[in-house]
This record gives sequence, C-alpha cells and structure tokens, in this order.
Amino acid sequence: MADGSDNAISLRGLGRDYGDRPALAGVDLELPEGASLAVLGPNGSGKSTLLRVLATLLRPSRGEVRVLGCSLPGESWKLRGRVGYLGHQPLLYEDLTGRENLHFQARLYGLDDETAAARIESDLEILGMRRRADYRVSDYSAGMKQRIAIARAVLHRPRLLLLDEPDSNLDPQGREAVRALIGRPGELAWKGEAPVTRVAVSHEPERARAEADQVLELKIGAAA
Amino acid sequence: MTSSRRAFAAIVGKDLRTELRTMRSLPAMILFAVTTFIIFRYGLDRTALSGSLASGVIWTTLLFAAVLGINRIFLPEREEGGFDSFRLAPVDRPVLFAAKAAVLFLYLVVLEAIVVPVFAVFFLENWTGLLPLIVILLATNLGFAALGTLISSMAVNSRARDLLVPLLLLPLVVPLMIAATSATGPLLEPAGPGYDKFGTWLLVLGLYDGVFCLVGYAVFDFLLED
Repeated sequence: MADGSDNAISLRGLGRDYGDRPALAGVDLELPEGASLAVLGPNGSGKSTLLRVLATLLRPSRGEVRVLGCSLPGESWKLRGRVGYLGHQPLLYEDLTGRENLHFQARLYGLDDETAAARIESDLEILGMRRRADYRVSDYSAGMKQRIAIARAVLHRPRLLLLDEPDSNLDPQGREAVRALIGRPGELAWKGEAPVTRVAVSHEPERARAEADQVLELKIGAAA
Repeated sequence: MTSSRRAFAAIVGKDLRTELRTMRSLPAMILFAVTTFIIFRYGLDRTALSGSLASGVIWTTLLFAAVLGINRIFLPEREEGGFDSFRLAPVDRPVLFAAKAAVLFLYLVVLEAIVVPVFAVFFLENWTGLLPLIVILLATNLGFAALGTLISSMAVNSRARDLLVPLLLLPLVVPLMIAATSATGPLLEPAGPGYDKFGTWLLVLGLYDGVFCLVGYAVFDFLLED
C-alpha cells in the first residue's frame, strides 16, 4: 500500500450529512487488502452513501477515510481508475449500445483498443450478453442493464470493487453469470494480480455473513 | 491518468454519435431558426434587410437557437449517470468541459451552415458579405460554446434549468452580441461588405472567447465536485 499499511480501507468516525440530516455517523472500519466486506442494514441506513464516499463520488462530512492508501477527499484524484463502482444507476448511456458503452468506458480509462476489445468480448461472453451487446441500452431489460453495468464496473480491472446490490434485477442465470465474472466474495483476482478487495451491499444477511470476510451492519444514521 | 486527447475524442465521438442517432438537439435548433426568420419576414413586412437590422435579426435568431442546444448539452450526463461515470475515471475534469464545448461549437457550425444561407435567401440582396461573416460566426461560436457549456453545467442539476440557462446566459452574452452584431452590420450593407472596425470587433470577440475558455477550464473541476 502507498501508506505502508495492509488495509485497503480504513475508516475512523466517518460521517456524511445531506444538509442537516446525517446519513452516516461514526463508521469505523479496517478492511485488509484482498478481503471482502458485506454491508448490511435497513433502507436509509447509509449503505449506498458509504459506497459513494468510498468511490470518491461524495465527500465525507467528517472522520478519517483512507482507501487504497489515499486519504479522502484530499487525494481522491489518485484513486480514480483504481476503483470499480456499481451503484443503483447503471451509468450507461441509453442511446448507445451495450458494446458502445463499454468501448467508451475503455477509452476513458485509457485501455488500448486491442486490450479493450478482447476484454469486452470476453466479459460479454461470460455475462451471456455477447449476442445482445449491439442493442441500445434503452431496449434492455433491467437485468440486462445490470449485467452490462457490472461489465462496465470491472472493465478496467480495479483493485477495489464497490457493489451496491449487485444481484438486483438479476434472474438466477444472471446471478450465475455475474458470479462467473466477479466470483464469490474473496475469490476475485485479475489475471496475475493480487486478490481484489470487495465491498458489497446486500439485503441477504445470512448469505452475506456466510460468504464475506467481514460484515458491517449499519443502522439509520450510524454503524451498529 | 488517461491521455486527455483520447478522453476528449471519446466524449466528442459519443455525443456526436448520440446526436446522429437521436436528433434531439440540432433539428430543433434549425427548425427554431428557420421559423424565426419566417416570422421576421412577415412581422417586419420586409423582403430585404441590410446593415444593422440584418445583423440584429440573424444574431438574435442564432442566440436563441443556441440556447436550445445549450440546455441539452449535459442532459445525458445528468440523467444517465455520465457525471458519476466521468468522475470515477482517471481523466482530468476540464477535459469534459473542453469536449462539451467542442460539441456545442460543432452544433453551432452545422446550424449556421444551414440557416445562414436560408437567411440570405429570405433577406439579402448582396451575398458578398457572407464570406467574411464566417470569421465572425466562428469567433462568436467559440464564445457561445465556452460560456454555454459553463452555464449549462451549473444549471443542469437544477429542476429549473430551462429557466436558469437563459437567465444566466443572456446577461453574460451581451458583450459577445454587441461585438458580433457590430462586426456583422457593415458586412451586410447592400453596396457590399464594409470593414469599419472589423479588426477591433474581432479582437473583442477573441478576448471574450479567451476569457470564457480559461474561466470554464479553471472552474469546471469545482463544478463537478459533490
């Protein structure tokens, strides 16, 4: 790690407010590199907010946040391109096809055309989307959008993967396809590289506890 | 960091491809401009215009047609998560400003390539001023594009963006319009183009363009912050 610690994520007293309303308060966490974390909690407990803070999309209101050795928000620019983020919104352009969206992302992340094409075709095959990749995203079902969104999130082979309910909108085959691409928690490692740290929001506590290395349970406005 | 040139090309390519596919902005801008010329023709009850009146008609029409495009330039980024997608990527944020301004500039060039000849057919007896007018159009487009992109990025997250864009844009664009109309008027005289203070107004346009390109480039990073 850049800061010499073995933790991919280190949070001390993390808080985030929306106006006067606290969405997150007093979250502490140490997550080693390569480990997996399941984030649990009821609606409105700040799970998505936590992921957006870790992805540098939201600034923390208070507390210390270190992600992959970068202190946030000050060093958030160093983190760009090292995090894969899947939120509630698929972050796909509706008027482009699935394949065009992925090629656009690849260019933003600086992948050369050859690497990008190989990776995109391979990921689309695994996700069962290769034949439908030339449809416009606006013509996709919610599940198909989710599959392409996951391909987008991992296209640049990030060191940290932040997944907000990755199974949402997916049928059983879709879940299997996604697992074939990003593995079970703790299993994911890109070719020739160290295991990827993974944080996933889940609404299935039993499965999350069984699979993840650590569990963070959030209550409304605070960590449990 | 990804090469800025590569990211710039990717964003411009994406926007142009989307526009070609959906035709959301340009046809509306063109239709608005042509309809406005028709209204001017019958409203003024004139079949020929020249000098400052011709200049006023053409620039008023182009300004309001440009507002239609400016209003929509960041809409996919807001509604489809493009801002988040861009903020996650290892790309300098002002690249998005530069790419959007370039797209808006191209929209304006296409708009003018179609509607200025229409204007000439409707109103001009002497077309020789159209060639030097291209220089004024390009210089003004740059200012429109830089300022429009900046204003649009500020207004896009507001529910009242359709109102905010003209409210913020129109006062700021007054110096640009003064320079553009003043430089255009002598070019559209019936006796042929005159170049009185042409260089001075071109310099004013250049300064305005430079200021708003620099301001946009400098502050865009902050505008994208949470």
